[in-house]
Amino acid sequence: MEVVFDNRDLVAWAFAHTLAIFLISGVLSLLFGTLLAAMRVGPVAVLSRAAAVYVAIVRNTPLLIVLIFFRTAGPKVGIQFNWVDIVVGDLRMNNYFAAAVAAMTVYTSSFVCEAIRSGVNAVALGQAEAARAIGLPFSGVMTQVVLPQAFRATVPPLVSVLIAMLKNTTVVGVFGVAEAFFRMRGFTNDFPGDRIGIFLAFALIFVVLVELLSFAAHRLERRWRIA
Amino acid sequence: MAASVLFDSPGPRTIARHRVYTVVTMVALAGVLAFMVYRLYLEEQLEYDKWEPFLTPRYISTLLIDGLFTTLQMAFTSIIFAVVFGLVFGVGKLSDTPWIRWPCWAVVEFFRAVPVLLLMILVFYSWGISRGDSGAYWSVVVALTVYNGAVLAEVFRAGILAVPSGQAEAAYAIGMRKSQVMNIVLLPQAVKIMLPAIISQCVVALKDTSLGYAVAAPGLSTVGEGIYLRFANQIPTVIVIAAMYITVNLILTWIATWVQKKFVGEKKPLEVTAVGLADAGGGAPANLPH
Repeated sequence: MEVVFDNRDLVAWAFAHTLAIFLISGVLSLLFGTLLAAMRVGPVAVLSRAAAVYVAIVRNTPLLIVLIFFRTAGPKVGIQFNWVDIVVGDLRMNNYFAAAVAAMTVYTSSFVCEAIRSGVNAVALGQAEAARAIGLPFSGVMTQVVLPQAFRATVPPLVSVLIAMLKNTTVVGVFGVAEAFFRMRGFTNDFPGDRIGIFLAFALIFVVLVELLSFAAHRLERRWRIA
Repeated sequence: MAASVLFDSPGPRTIARHRVYTVVTMVALAGVLAFMVYRLYLEEQLEYDKWEPFLTPRYISTLLIDGLFTTLQMAFTSIIFAVVFGLVFGVGKLSDTPWIRWPCWAVVEFFRAVPVLLLMILVFYSWGISRGDSGAYWSVVVALTVYNGAVLAEVFRAGILAVPSGQAEAAYAIGMRKSQVMNIVLLPQAVKIMLPAIISQCVVALKDTSLGYAVAAPGLSTVGEGIYLRFANQIPTVIVIAAMYITVNLILTWIATWVQKKFVGEKKPLEVTAVGLADAGGGAPANLPH
């Protein structure tokens, strides 16, 4: 524990990386996942099938393999992120970071898509029928009636996805992004006497972050609950 | 198409419009696919020598035996231990005795919230590092056991709570003890409900075995790394490895769906709440009268 406390600036920057990856790929996966879900539940069979295939492929591939693709295989066919280089303090958003964000986004969107689809399926048929009866077009039914309700039904599964994603950011550390896992491995290597303490410190920070997320979700869920 | 929440059964004009969309989508998708294949061709990723290792018997057997088989072995070993772990802590969480219930709750919540990799590194550095391949192997198994065990504990708890409360009441009424109610009445019925969730957890465990890459544990991802480092054929290797994972996972998912239909019927699959969202630990559950 002392090691972690003595190096608290390093730990803080490590979690800054973790949170940066979490926030950026979180927003991107929510956008992309919503788009996929719209394709998945839309009336055009081919689009729906295409989204289903994407989800089936990506969901069943380990995140590590997706990361290997973006880090070592991608550059062979010109998928490169060398143009990304933003440094804020000790937060380095370089090509490793960008590849990590890309992999996390590709991977998490498929879970977001499934979460939203289950939310859409939870909306009662009568709601949509009523919306159609007052003459709303497809886009109106979606944006005015179905999606707002589906989004509420989606909050619990979506939070599970986001929590899993927060924990998944550690995998990125294997590929050279200086986030929490990377730092923890470094400490464990350098200070073998305090392994348990180092683990407990990092683990407890993750527990706090996860509990914060689920607390926020709980509040949202209660505020948005309708009768 | 069957009635949907989202749209009416289409009329003739809509059908025509959808036909246009379909054609446009198909052209676009075909374009994207063709572009990807062309890109692969352009970067010489479709050359025979890049794919040769996957047609050579020696490498095929390495992939299947050292890769796939070891990975499956790791996943199933950890799931079997995880079921035991989950059973102990899941039933522990339902205990009437606070000093059993609270520690079980704490253990389950802690290990559910901690990333598997942190656990894996801890076990590896403090135990596995001096034991070569088998050390790395068991580091992965131990980490996956504890994590999946904590998740399965939640599954067991939810499964036991899903048994209709009349079952436990009737058992108490004929004078069974608490342990008898659990062992003879609740658990056998709960297992049926939980089986699909346990099989789905196998998919998670199987995917997580790939994290063994971080501690150089044997398995598909490490075998894959060996191959692409030797032949510089990253793209084909990633495609082959991913295809193997996808195939096994799809089979597992299919089995889970089949078991769900066969043993549970049309009832909704068991849903386990996210970490922290559960009404964890507080108060004894409703369907176990004192």
